[in-house]
Amino acid sequence: MTVYLPIAELSVNIFIILGMGAAVGFLSGMFGVGGGFLITPLLIFYNIPPVIAVATGASQVVASSVSGAITHFRRGTLDMKLGTVLLVGGLAGATVGISIFSWLRRVGQLDLFISLLYVLLLTTVGILMLNESVRALRRSARNEPPVAKRPGQHIWVHRLPFKMRFKRSKIYLSAVPILVLGFAIGVLTSIMGVGGGFIMVPAMIYLLRIPTNVVVGTSLFQIIFTTAYTTMVQAATNYSVDIVLATILMVAGVIGAQYGVRVGQKLRGEQLRALLALLVLAVGIRLAIGLVVAPEDLYSVSVGGFAD
Amino acid sequence: MLTRLCYLLATAFLTTATPTAGQVPLGEASAVEEGLEIGTSTSEIAITSDFRGADLTVFGALTNADELFLAIGQYDVIVTLEGPRDYATVRKKERVLGIWMNTASMTFEQVPVSYSLASTREIDAIDEAPSLNSIGVGINHLALTPTGFLGNAVNLSEFREAYRRLKLANGLYQRDTSGVRFVSSSLFRASLRLPANIPDGIHTVHAYLFKGGELIVQQELPLRVVKTGLEQAITDAAHNRPILYGLACVLIAVITGWGASLIFRKD
Repeated sequence: MTVYLPIAELSVNIFIILGMGAAVGFLSGMFGVGGGFLITPLLIFYNIPPVIAVATGASQVVASSVSGAITHFRRGTLDMKLGTVLLVGGLAGATVGISIFSWLRRVGQLDLFISLLYVLLLTTVGILMLNESVRALRRSARNEPPVAKRPGQHIWVHRLPFKMRFKRSKIYLSAVPILVLGFAIGVLTSIMGVGGGFIMVPAMIYLLRIPTNVVVGTSLFQIIFTTAYTTMVQAATNYSVDIVLATILMVAGVIGAQYGVRVGQKLRGEQLRALLALLVLAVGIRLAIGLVVAPEDLYSVSVGGFAD
Repeated sequence: MLTRLCYLLATAFLTTATPTAGQVPLGEASAVEEGLEIGTSTSEIAITSDFRGADLTVFGALTNADELFLAIGQYDVIVTLEGPRDYATVRKKERVLGIWMNTASMTFEQVPVSYSLASTREIDAIDEAPSLNSIGVGINHLALTPTGFLGNAVNLSEFREAYRRLKLANGLYQRDTSGVRFVSSSLFRASLRLPANIPDGIHTVHAYLFKGGELIVQQELPLRVVKTGLEQAITDAAHNRPILYGLACVLIAVITGWGASLIFRKD
């Protein structure tokens, strides 16, 4: 059964889109990630124009992050103040990101840039995660206790000015690195259509030394609003959010996520992280191959033009 | 007798038959000017949610056709369906530091986004290239004028060729050199295929009548391709009320996410 996507202006098989949404939802539920970094490349592999894949991917992340954020809010593991500072950076980053996005689209380098960013981020994050989880797996095999964290230790981040007190997180931290992190994630959200949790969570834990229990909830808070904002701005400037595609993906995604969560609970943390690392690496490598293998056709044509 | 029959049939097929000027003898007393009448099976194509392309039938009739030329098959018809015009940008990839990236591009001025052609025979056998070029009939004869021309002629023909090849490959440009068939000696039927990815907007059906390799008369009719119902409403909203549209997307996302957490709650 085909369904016509009014913004992408093409007919797609609804079952393939449902399957994609459910599969990515399942994985995102299992690993506790937003899934934007999977859905956008998958849509591009299925010949959805990258412009639309990115903008629609961002709206899908909103849906998959909402239920998680609600849970964390109820449990009190969401630091509103910290989240708001992150969000201020995020909104500024998304605004800058969208102008970069529109400019790249105009000069015809958008597709390449999206692929390059994905390859760079996915392979880096994938290798780091794999490395870390393999070490953790070895440690637990030898029954060694995990390396103790030293929360009291001061690093350069703590010497920055404009310090703020975050009561819920029980930390006293400069607003500068939080804003910078939020900004970077905002740029990534608008250009790649991801929530950015897979970068933000480790950065908050290892760089900002924010207590682990509030990290996920707070990052979800920032992700919801940044992706929602990106969806709005993409819709307003590039007319590239396909509501039909987004709805199919979201519905399939949230259902898939519920089953993913159940499977995820049966697996151990290190194993989960190792699997996620492999998945991230696989997507990155697949995109990298696309960049270096000679294309079937050296030429491409796009409607509309910019007489520049 | 035959001409009269044609007239009868033509009026039966056509709803909007315009009076022809063919009745008035011009020049020599024996030579009457041929007329051409066309009508389409529909004046509107609707893109529905399960749209997979459509077929358009164009009926046509020759009036005042010369019996002798008819008998020896010297009349040829080309029917085209031209989509809305827009700029088109062709980009070329080259390997840079091991990565394939777009390095050169050329933008063509106002070319039809879609183009479907049917003819009685190979169009290059109907008329010579220069005259087809001058009227812009045929995929290889459409005017492809680069904006702000730069580069050399080799480059230009290379990009033009790539443009035609890509458009043919994605189905937006099509040709069927046996798509026009005479159902009687002066009545013809042309079948044009509209691809699933056809753009919406005002399309134009053109019919060209050639006599002995020379264009003698042409006709055109508009054809509207419209998105229907929900599809149209969504496109309109996305372009005319983008903020509200974006808000709706976000709202759907929030409801979906929240709804799922309510439905699947384990307590």
